[in-house]
Amino acid sequence: MNADVHTPSDAETVVRIEGLWSVFGKGSEAFAVHQDLDLTVHKGEMLALVGGSGTGKTVLLRQMLGLMHPTRGSVTVLGRPAELMGGEGAASRVGMLFQHGALFSAFNVLDNIAFALNEQGTLPPDLVRDAAMVKLQMVGLRPEHATRMPADLSGGMIKRVALARALIMDPPLLLLDEPTAGLDPNGADEFCALVRELHAALGLTMVMVTHDLDTLFALATRVAVLADKRVVVTDVPARVAQFDHPFVHDFFQGERGRRAMADLPTAAEEH
Amino acid sequence: MSDHAPRIVRTDTPEGLCAQPCGRWGAAELGTRAQWCALSEQLAALPSDARLAWDLRGLQWLDHVGAQLLWNHWGRTWPQQLALSDGQRAMLERVASLTTPAPPAEPWRLADQVDRLGVLVLHGMDHARHLLLLVGQMLLDSLRFVRAPRRAPWRDVSGHLYRMGATALPITALVGFLIGVVLAYLMSLQLRQFGAEAFIVNILGISLIRELGPMLAAILVAGRSGSAITAQIGVMRVTEELDAMRVMGIPHGFRLVLPRALALAVAMPLISVWTTLSALAGGMLAADLAMGISPAYFFHALPAAVGFGNLTLALSKSVVFGTLIALIGCHWGLRVKPNTQSLGEGTTASVVTSITMVIIVDALFAVAFKNVGF
Repeated sequence: MNADVHTPSDAETVVRIEGLWSVFGKGSEAFAVHQDLDLTVHKGEMLALVGGSGTGKTVLLRQMLGLMHPTRGSVTVLGRPAELMGGEGAASRVGMLFQHGALFSAFNVLDNIAFALNEQGTLPPDLVRDAAMVKLQMVGLRPEHATRMPADLSGGMIKRVALARALIMDPPLLLLDEPTAGLDPNGADEFCALVRELHAALGLTMVMVTHDLDTLFALATRVAVLADKRVVVTDVPARVAQFDHPFVHDFFQGERGRRAMADLPTAAEEH
Repeated sequence: MSDHAPRIVRTDTPEGLCAQPCGRWGAAELGTRAQWCALSEQLAALPSDARLAWDLRGLQWLDHVGAQLLWNHWGRTWPQQLALSDGQRAMLERVASLTTPAPPAEPWRLADQVDRLGVLVLHGMDHARHLLLLVGQMLLDSLRFVRAPRRAPWRDVSGHLYRMGATALPITALVGFLIGVVLAYLMSLQLRQFGAEAFIVNILGISLIRELGPMLAAILVAGRSGSAITAQIGVMRVTEELDAMRVMGIPHGFRLVLPRALALAVAMPLISVWTTLSALAGGMLAADLAMGISPAYFFHALPAAVGFGNLTLALSKSVVFGTLIALIGCHWGLRVKPNTQSLGEGTTASVVTSITMVIIVDALFAVAFKNVGF
């Protein structure tokens, strides 16, 4: 697919956020989550957003999707303002993996995956079914899982179905909110491997929010740290870990951080 | 048609006819109706000859849906002559390896239908059993309530009283008033033919106080509060709050069902009286306007026309209605499964069942107490 990508004018920048202010509440109770935040996501990278609780990571994702509007500043996704993302055909521009999957509980797995294609109402049902079955197997599920209901799925399978649903129209940009939250370590590793595989195979650009350092080091090609209401540093994981900032220090040099970074020297050499 | 529209260009080469897909073969482009119609016509018009050559190198974009379309068009085999880039080959190979045959449709069998009927009957019996358990549990909880009234969830009861009782007053008053007006006008036309205008008081008194007041109030409350009870408890199931309560050893019956049943049992007679009063006011107004029956006469004649037994009957009926509505609401709420469809079905079923039950119970009361109040 990469070889034949139709290239828009500024192809290298997928998401551009400039001078972003997010203010919640009104009057004396107003507080800003983001102040003058700038962030750029380049084509083909896996950017991880990290930050403490309440630093507005998920808010930022929702602003990229056009689900929330910034108080000030601009969010441009794939060369268009983010407010227009939600319109017709949004599924072919951006996919979102929600933290808890957000599968439609009234539909079975296959109908969940095929939902965006079916809603167009033009493609014949057998083509839609075949396309959904291909995506189902691409995320590591077996054909017999197609008729299960979301309530009967394990946490890992819900994530996989949600991933297949997000990818059904091959969007160039995929957003992931806590992709490995709620999975056991083994399941989290498998899911990371799957995401990395899909990233390589489909040439996706990914932005993910994560608290999990193992996921971060397994997937991210670049890390953006949200603190002090802005992005304090963006760089490859190994260099971000050495950055001098109280949050970065606590996050990466804590007990969990040191454990996750034990593998890091090899990871750092790749970059 | 723009440059990006998916299409097929046919070219004649020395080796024979060659099909060249052009444009963007992506899910969004293929999903546009005009482009899909044009493309499927072009695909159908291609000769179904195995020697037809394909050249995909002119494509601006190919995604999995486009690749699936090509693969299905090729009859799920590789064409003999195919020119394509590495990326396209990788994608087509992935689609080819993962395409599975469609499962055969389930054949229609009589035995399945019999099974389904049996399942329906079992479901019905299960509901009846659960409702019975709920009633029994509520009686036990009431005993516990009577023994230690200070430990009862009074805050809940008062909250439900306000939400199900006080906030229902405006709508029940409006509906009651209008029904009273309509009834009085209709009756006045008939009564005038016999010169029996004065009997409007008897007709309105008996019908509104004994039947329509309690019934209207119950139906309105079933629609308003029955659905709310089911939705509240149903969402608690979806968010696992019910399980959390059980883990803490707090019984659903005493903490969720009893306060609601108690609140509605108290609120329902009050709402019923309130509805009856506003219906009588409407009837009185319409009787005055249509037939010149003065309110003073109305007040004078009403106690003589309606025996005290009617009021007792109406109030006791309302207590039963209120308890029933709460119990049915809780029953459906507790049986909601954690998905959106079940929540919607439960809420609908709750309203339908409680309104039906209200009417059935009202008929039973009418038959059982036909000698009371005259």
